[in-house]
Amino acid sequence: MTAYIVRRLFATLPVMAVVALFVFFLLRFAPGDPAAIIAGEDATAEAIAAVRAKLGLDRPMVEQFFVWMLQLAQGDMGVSIFSNLAVTRLISQRLEPTVALTLSTLFVAVALSIPIGVLAAWKARKLVDRLVMGFAVLGFAMPGFVLAYILIYFFAVQWQLLPVQGYRPIAEGLWPFVECLILPSVALGVTYMALIARITRASMLEVLAQDYIRTANAKGLATDRVLLLHALKNAAVPIITVIGIGIALLISGVVITETVFNIPGLGRLTVDAVLKRDYPVVQGLILVFAAAKVLVNLIIDISYAFLDPRIRY
Amino acid sequence: MTAITDDLVLPPRRFSLATAIRRNPTIAFGAVLLAALIIVGVFAPYIAYSDPFKIAPVNRLKPPSERWWFGTDQFGRDIFSRTVYGARVSLIVGLSVALFSSAVGLALGLLCGYFRKVDGIVMRIMDGLMAIPSILLAIALITLTRPSLGIVILAIVIPEVPRIVRVVRAVVLSIRSQPYIESAIAGGTKNTKLLLRHVLPNTLAPLIVQSTYVCASAMLIEASLSFLGAGVPPEVPSWGNIIAQGRTFFQIAPWTILIPGIFLAITVLAVNLLGDGLRDRLDPRLARRL
Repeated sequence: MTAYIVRRLFATLPVMAVVALFVFFLLRFAPGDPAAIIAGEDATAEAIAAVRAKLGLDRPMVEQFFVWMLQLAQGDMGVSIFSNLAVTRLISQRLEPTVALTLSTLFVAVALSIPIGVLAAWKARKLVDRLVMGFAVLGFAMPGFVLAYILIYFFAVQWQLLPVQGYRPIAEGLWPFVECLILPSVALGVTYMALIARITRASMLEVLAQDYIRTANAKGLATDRVLLLHALKNAAVPIITVIGIGIALLISGVVITETVFNIPGLGRLTVDAVLKRDYPVVQGLILVFAAAKVLVNLIIDISYAFLDPRIRY
Repeated sequence: MTAITDDLVLPPRRFSLATAIRRNPTIAFGAVLLAALIIVGVFAPYIAYSDPFKIAPVNRLKPPSERWWFGTDQFGRDIFSRTVYGARVSLIVGLSVALFSSAVGLALGLLCGYFRKVDGIVMRIMDGLMAIPSILLAIALITLTRPSLGIVILAIVIPEVPRIVRVVRAVVLSIRSQPYIESAIAGGTKNTKLLLRHVLPNTLAPLIVQSTYVCASAMLIEASLSFLGAGVPPEVPSWGNIIAQGRTFFQIAPWTILIPGIFLAITVLAVNLLGDGLRDRLDPRLARRL
């Protein structure tokens, strides 16, 4: 087990290395002159030269590469072109809202979609099942930001139940914090819920057709016991996988959801950086988001070994 | 030796549209919706009753009515005409991303599945690309270039390629060990011919299914990028741009966001349904799992 975890940990290194190389070469080999584009439409030659010097683009490529690698290894992601603040500092300042939004969405989505999926599998081809599958198909096609505006229109503007937008840190009290996260979590989570509900249903259907389920039913076990203890546990591996895959969806969705709801997290930071063409910040954010995704995949892979003792690599 | 009789030959089946639709309702539904949208996109200049770019401050933020079917935005531009033209952007982006990423993904997938040496390197790169959320990858590319439709397409193709490569590679790996491939190798078939004649056809069904999903996802990413201000230039009437420009006035003029939003959702739904239907039809093994 330990050997497996260690091996899996080492396997994340090449992935992160590719990500790092990608952001490095993207800036150096982008079509046109990135320094001129970053400096703006009517920048003078000096301004462009200043940006180039700031990004270190005026030095030899090999030197740039080693300097950059060395800094990255020390956790230094460079300095924002606009605010002159360290990218790591900008990112850590904005971390809390994004983590709060991601976790609350994860919670809402998993808590709602797994029961829905189990129900659909249990009542397969009945009305409930059709409704759930219909929701799954629609949820998959609905762009998060459109749904967000529909939710805002009804829950915040028409009925005034929840705030239109904004974010309150948890330090300001639990209800204001939760209140601000409800609509964003639902808007962000719908695609994710559709995905999990669909896989839960499919995986449960497969397990429910097994002999041991018939045996469990035949010996008179209560339905909920059969469904949850015998079936859901054995159906868990694909569900966990898709929960992990879905976190990638959440990370992409965070950028948009934070923009709609005006939440000052990493997503807003990304959008602001793009609009100002602040490449060092964009680069730092890509590394952080990719690392988060790699970490999630690692946790999922390790959890397999616990859930299904047959899985050994 | 008895003569082979023709008794077993079935009468030629006549293609019946009604049967085809009854057997594959999702394909039919998705295809009809998509066809309708393509017609709207192609004939946009004839369908839109007014100029989508015309600014008329007198008519700003008018609700939907007989005069302005979908209302107007804060510059008095007609949302109906802009939405109709927006179909063009979504369809062009969706179809070209599906086409380009399938072509690149197919080539890489065949090579990776067949040549072990290529596999190691290319798949490490694909894993790295897959680790970057697709919207962020596109955003990074757009930060460094001037906005244009071509750059947006390129920026969406790059993150979509690994998804195709993985599907194609998996198919190639599974048929590589089949006896007919081994006998083809033993018979001295050249690699190129083997790949194109014997391996490629097997990958087509999953490739088509996967590329419809890529098409749907590309449309969503394009709209998201435009919505964030990192997509096609703001003067182009894409659905994402119309929604982005309606944000400030959303509370008094919700139609500026909801109408293009619903069009986007319906288009993505149509493509997804087409994909689901094709998957059930072409790739029954995968269909059983879902």
